Amino acid sequence: MSHLGYLLAGWITAVGVLAVYAWRIIQKGKELSSKVPEHRQRWMSPSQDT
Amino acid sequence: MQNVRNPNLTSSKGTRFMGFLLLVGVPTLVLFAFFLTPEDDNMEDAVRLLYIHVPMAIFAYVAVITTGIGSIFYLWKKSRWWDTVAHASAEIGLIFCGLVLVTGSIWGRPTWNTWWEWGDVRLVTTLVLFLMLLGYLALRQVPANPDLRAKRASVVGIIVAINIPIVNRSVEWWENSTLHQQSSLTDGKLEDLTLFTLFLGLILAGVCYLWLMTHRFRVGWLQTEIENEGAIGVLQERIAEGTASSTETIIKEDGEGEVR
Repeated sequence: MSHLGYLLAGWITAVGVLAVYAWRIIQKGKELSSKVPEHRQRWMSPSQDT
Repeated sequence: MQNVRNPNLTSSKGTRFMGFLLLVGVPTLVLFAFFLTPEDDNMEDAVRLLYIHVPMAIFAYVAVITTGIGSIFYLWKKSRWWDTVAHASAEIGLIFCGLVLVTGSIWGRPTWNTWWEWGDVRLVTTLVLFLMLLGYLALRQVPANPDLRAKRASVVGIIVAINIPIVNRSVEWWENSTLHQQSSLTDGKLEDLTLFTLFLGLILAGVCYLWLMTHRFRVGWLQTEIENEGAIGVLQERIAEGTASSTETIIKEDGEGEVR
């Protein structure tokens, strides 16, 4: 396969950055969820906006 | 239907399903992209980078357009739901846009024999989009009243979104100032398996965007709840301080130590 180094660099960067970002969001969500009471975790629809 | 979810996480049944699709879909895409699709006559194996570069580019556009829509609706409805949507989508758009620049640059080296070309309109307009998204997110960090901050960000969000048609059409409007080829999806030159892999990449990028968007939106919502709670706490403290100081004044004026 030609240009294998470029292919691996591109794919690993893209998948890696997305995986790290996803991990960080989940961790942030976990941290913040524990600080907000369940009855105030109203995220599901615009009609629940306050 | 009741949405079963853990209150200590931002996940739900829908996000878990999307996560499962991604866990199965990404290895499948790698299999098709690296082993099952043929190499291109001109680009050779570098074409395999396009299965990730093109879907990222399309969903970077989707993310920025969503920011624009969220910003318009915020200015219209003054709803923090829309402001949170705009903010979440801009952050994901920045990540996607950055990856488009990086994967495009890596693809350009073996194909065009250069990492970057300043005279190329598609490259430069995409970089401008990336910088505008950075500016949008930096503006949101400036300390201000939440309403004012959302209002400022919405105006910038709309301006960022206006950039999308310019980025997308740049290869046609200034076709003599670009090395970039026109749309790979609409030129009709792609073979069946190549087209299928590109569409698989598009579907997965879409699922990835929705998954990230759902989680990031919920994180944004929680941040606002905590911010509001902090503001209410400060207000309650000031009310309490105000009540205490007025009570002290009454005591001093009476001089008899009676608390009213």
